[in-house]
Amino acid sequence: MLAKRIIPCLDVNAGRVVKGINFVQLRDAGDPVEIARRYDEQGADEITFLDITASSDDRDIILHIVEAVASQVFIPLTVGGGVRQVEDVRRLLNAGADKVGMNTAAVNNPQLVADASAKVGSQCIVVAIDAKETAPGRWEVFTHGGRKNTGLDAVEWARKVESLGAGEILLTSMDRDGTKAGFNIPLTRAVAEAVGIPVIASGGVGTLQHLADGVTEGKADAVLAASIFHYGEFTVRQAKEFMRSRGIEVRL
Amino acid sequence: MSKVVVVDYGMGNLRSVAKAIEHVAPEAEVRVSADAAEIAAADRVVVPGQGAMPDCMRELSARGLREVVVRAAAEKPFLGICVGLQMLFGHAEEGDVMGLEILPGTVPRFPDAAMVAPDGTRLKVPHMGWNQVQQVDAHPLWDGIADGARFYFVHSYYVEPQTPEVIAGSTHYGIPFTSAIARANIFAVQFHPEKSAQDGLRLLANFMRWNP
Repeated sequence: MLAKRIIPCLDVNAGRVVKGINFVQLRDAGDPVEIARRYDEQGADEITFLDITASSDDRDIILHIVEAVASQVFIPLTVGGGVRQVEDVRRLLNAGADKVGMNTAAVNNPQLVADASAKVGSQCIVVAIDAKETAPGRWEVFTHGGRKNTGLDAVEWARKVESLGAGEILLTSMDRDGTKAGFNIPLTRAVAEAVGIPVIASGGVGTLQHLADGVTEGKADAVLAASIFHYGEFTVRQAKEFMRSRGIEVRL
Repeated sequence: MSKVVVVDYGMGNLRSVAKAIEHVAPEAEVRVSADAAEIAAADRVVVPGQGAMPDCMRELSARGLREVVVRAAAEKPFLGICVGLQMLFGHAEEGDVMGLEILPGTVPRFPDAAMVAPDGTRLKVPHMGWNQVQQVDAHPLWDGIADGARFYFVHSYYVEPQTPEVIAGSTHYGIPFTSAIARANIFAVQFHPEKSAQDGLRLLANFMRWNP
């Protein structure tokens, strides 16, 4: 049977892994290559890099990091952040990424999803959706790191990007991100059941039970987490052992 | 020194395959090449492939590599990966194109009707992630890899060989499907060994040592 995936996420700023506290202070969490290797050794199923580098001067640093990681870590790598055109997708794939994530650019220009997937294949295109609850049972898509409300319904948008050629959806609950209160289960389930492509749940993981809930209650195909792994609270292996003990199929 | 060529026909992440081979066989000369003469001179040939089958077949022909790939599959250690497996067969449902017809069989899409998990939930297509490969027979490329080991897959189509004796590995996703084939000097897999951690690297190392 296909295993549910556990994906550690690394936020990278100008070449270093960082983690925001209360969305502002960035705390240094280490060298991306070293951390990626550690997660690989612990049995991570994939690794996601989110490039949050603000300065355009430093944008190429991520390419060097992807190259370095891809020559030492032989599991799938996803890279997102700052992707605006098909050329950005191509450069990341050439550097060694297996999938490229896009968020704001996909909202501004949905044709980008279609063009990129036609060019490099759907399997390489991940659309990241940042969603916030705006009314009970309604989630809207936010861009620009959660600052701008697009007014788009998150479930509708997920269906739309699937029809445009996205191969996977990375779904983050902005309400839960950084709270350690667990995934937004109703949101995750609504999106996962609306589309025929895999959905990765993200935002809010604080315990191993939260990871299991994302799969069993949220119906996600994969779960993504950052801080519970970065600071050594849990290893990826512990997370997998826990999920297995809850009857979830994992790669161990 | 063994020289391996990863055939570059413009489709897929070829560098990942080359890097993984370099990692397991540091003494080998690993080349990514679109040059027919270089492919013809290689000791071993790897044909990867990602994306749509019609694009892959078109690019292979456009680059004048069709013949040299067919010849390599007839005479030297040959490893096909993903679309590199699918193109060995005949009719492909994706884009209604023909493959290289080296092996008899077809390449259908996962049937919607069968895409249901035992608990009733819908199985997503593409089949993306780590799934188990049941080894049908002992083979030098399975050496040191446990039966039922997990490999990384990402695909929507699969091969259906007409001659069951070529089936070397099988996987279940809604339906049982062929995830590896072997015949003489050919070994080809639906999954991505270059992205399948230790077991994937082991398979590549086995390929580099293989003398069929």
